[in-house]
Amino acid sequence: MGTTFVRLHPRNKVLAWTEDRLPWLSFLSAHTSGYYAPKNFNLWYYFGSLALVVLVNQILTGIFLTMFYKASAAQAFASVEYIMRDVEWGWLIRYMHSTGASLFFVVVYLHMFRGLMYGSYKKPRELVWLIGMLIFLVLMAEAFMGYVLPWGNMSFWGAKVIISLFGAVPVIGDTLVEWIMGDYLPADATLNRFFALHVIALPLVLLLLVVLHLGALHEVGSNNPDGVDIKEKKKPDGTPLDGIAFHPYYTVKDLFGTGFFLLLAAFIIFYAPTFGGWFLEHDNFLPANNLATPEHIKPVWYFTPFYAMLRMIPAKLPGVIVMFAGIVLLFFMPWIDRGVVKSVRYRGLGYKIALGLFAISFVMLGAVGAGVTAEKIPEWFGADANVTTIENAFGRFWLVVYFAFFAFLGVYTWRGMEKTKPVPDRVTTHE
Amino acid sequence: MNKHSIPTSGTFRMLRNLALAALALIGTAGVAVASEEGGMEPVNVRVDDTASVQRGARLFFNYCSGCHSLQYMRYSRIGEDLKLDEKDVSSNLIFTGAKIGDHATNNMPANLSAAWFGKTPPDLSLEARAKGSDWIYHYLKSFYLDPSRPVGWNNTVFPNASMPNALWELQGLQVAVKGEGHGAEGGAVEKLEVRTPGRLNAAQYDDAVRDITAFLTYAGEPAALKRTSVGIWVLLYLAFFTFIAWMLKHEFWKDVH
Repeated sequence: MGTTFVRLHPRNKVLAWTEDRLPWLSFLSAHTSGYYAPKNFNLWYYFGSLALVVLVNQILTGIFLTMFYKASAAQAFASVEYIMRDVEWGWLIRYMHSTGASLFFVVVYLHMFRGLMYGSYKKPRELVWLIGMLIFLVLMAEAFMGYVLPWGNMSFWGAKVIISLFGAVPVIGDTLVEWIMGDYLPADATLNRFFALHVIALPLVLLLLVVLHLGALHEVGSNNPDGVDIKEKKKPDGTPLDGIAFHPYYTVKDLFGTGFFLLLAAFIIFYAPTFGGWFLEHDNFLPANNLATPEHIKPVWYFTPFYAMLRMIPAKLPGVIVMFAGIVLLFFMPWIDRGVVKSVRYRGLGYKIALGLFAISFVMLGAVGAGVTAEKIPEWFGADANVTTIENAFGRFWLVVYFAFFAFLGVYTWRGMEKTKPVPDRVTTHE
Repeated sequence: MNKHSIPTSGTFRMLRNLALAALALIGTAGVAVASEEGGMEPVNVRVDDTASVQRGARLFFNYCSGCHSLQYMRYSRIGEDLKLDEKDVSSNLIFTGAKIGDHATNNMPANLSAAWFGKTPPDLSLEARAKGSDWIYHYLKSFYLDPSRPVGWNNTVFPNASMPNALWELQGLQVAVKGEGHGAEGGAVEKLEVRTPGRLNAAQYDDAVRDITAFLTYAGEPAALKRTSVGIWVLLYLAFFTFIAWMLKHEFWKDVH
């Protein structure tokens, strides 16, 4: 058990009365000052708390947006402009929400990479990882549906492309697509159901999963950059020798991290809210129009690695399968990687190289999916270059690298092929 | 081994790696921003140059608003942001009998204008956000006479545009000088030349177009004025908050060994 539950007896009579009936203060205390975390957390350990900060931001700003937004294909676009122009501070609320969406993925991707680096998915934290992956999956659905709501032209065409993926399902595909849209094209019915899912159904699921993610984490305790189990060496009072109470130590540390993060976020919100067309796309400032296809249909940056996987496979159904496999394989990391050593610091060179290549492949696939490579190829290879051929070769190479990571791990960690370094008894570094 | 050197170098490495990653990210975004304008010379209009935006507003409502609406923009808001009183706005910008609190729509029937031009002239409230300021500036400078087009005009930035040059009396009549080529159309357009002068010379016309661009950039996001002026105070506050939080963290962590 990562937490110490001590029954509190508050002096205040009202609090004592409630505490005897529902020990909520004892519960909070057990999960803050009673939760011992390793003292050697580094920069990578800020992103979990930052994800929580962004989640709260999305919910609060979302509530205010809901007060002015009109979930109707005829009025949605104009209502967003109403928020941007006529609602007091509406532009700020909207930019906080749109910037928050992108930053959510920034911190979640870094948080996940931290897990891969330090083996945070390994026994006994498999369930923490699995619940986290579910959060990621729900977050993708949440972000996609939110992106459709302003009903700009990219909202419309993005929705059309993504929903049509379900058409790849054999036999029932076309019926399924119509059922999801409630029409033959993304339309008013689609917008209304996406609104319902975006503002209540998926946020409820997300909140529940976040509680479970933290609950599972607090049961087994946090991992750390050394991958050392701090519970093996204890002080006489039974607390871990290398552990410190989450509150106040990590609450003040995370407060500092949050301040720094908000500084960066505020800079984007006030001085680069579209982030050069990456956070809010140019084509989405045009209203949805089923007769005007945007020049390049592409999802927002955080989906582009997966979009590239889809595009690099020539047939639709296999493309969809590969794309989903790219996500599903991550769920199985605790069992694909059978290495005993957790942290990359003490793992074999093979793992270090594989993880590095995996991260690079993710970024490169993102560049392909975002159309960066298609734009750069004529510059690099001359105007006559065959963009499709070069892009496919490039994209497929990194696609293979992405999937090779999982295959390599399965083999490399089998029967002690990996040459690991000795893991220290205690954590080595801390501030 | 020195106990203190390890954490410092570790933290430094981490900071350096993060800084490099951030730089790479910003670099990629910067490249994308530069290239999405299609290699056009940037105009760098300033929405806080009130005089320029005011002149642009007057040009817009005199030359553009007959066909193009600004359906999300209220006249009163223009007045407020451009430091014009109600009388200024009514006499210089409103030609449709609209009230000061109304949106800047126009009276052109959409079905008729579609028949006249081949396409209903689009609303321009968000033109600067969808196409970019540079695009608007260069588009307005790139009309040339082309008898093969229905309304007699063509445009090098937006080939086969449906729109005639609404600013011809300012710019004059511009023609295309084409390179050697085959067929009736001739070769590609090499450059544009004003053959019949308008009321403005080239430099004055550039300034006029720059003013219109500034106004449309403002109209795309009226909140930008407030956004940039409030932002600095938010950043200063957050920097101060972060500093206090860092000191607090430092104080609390003194007893962690």
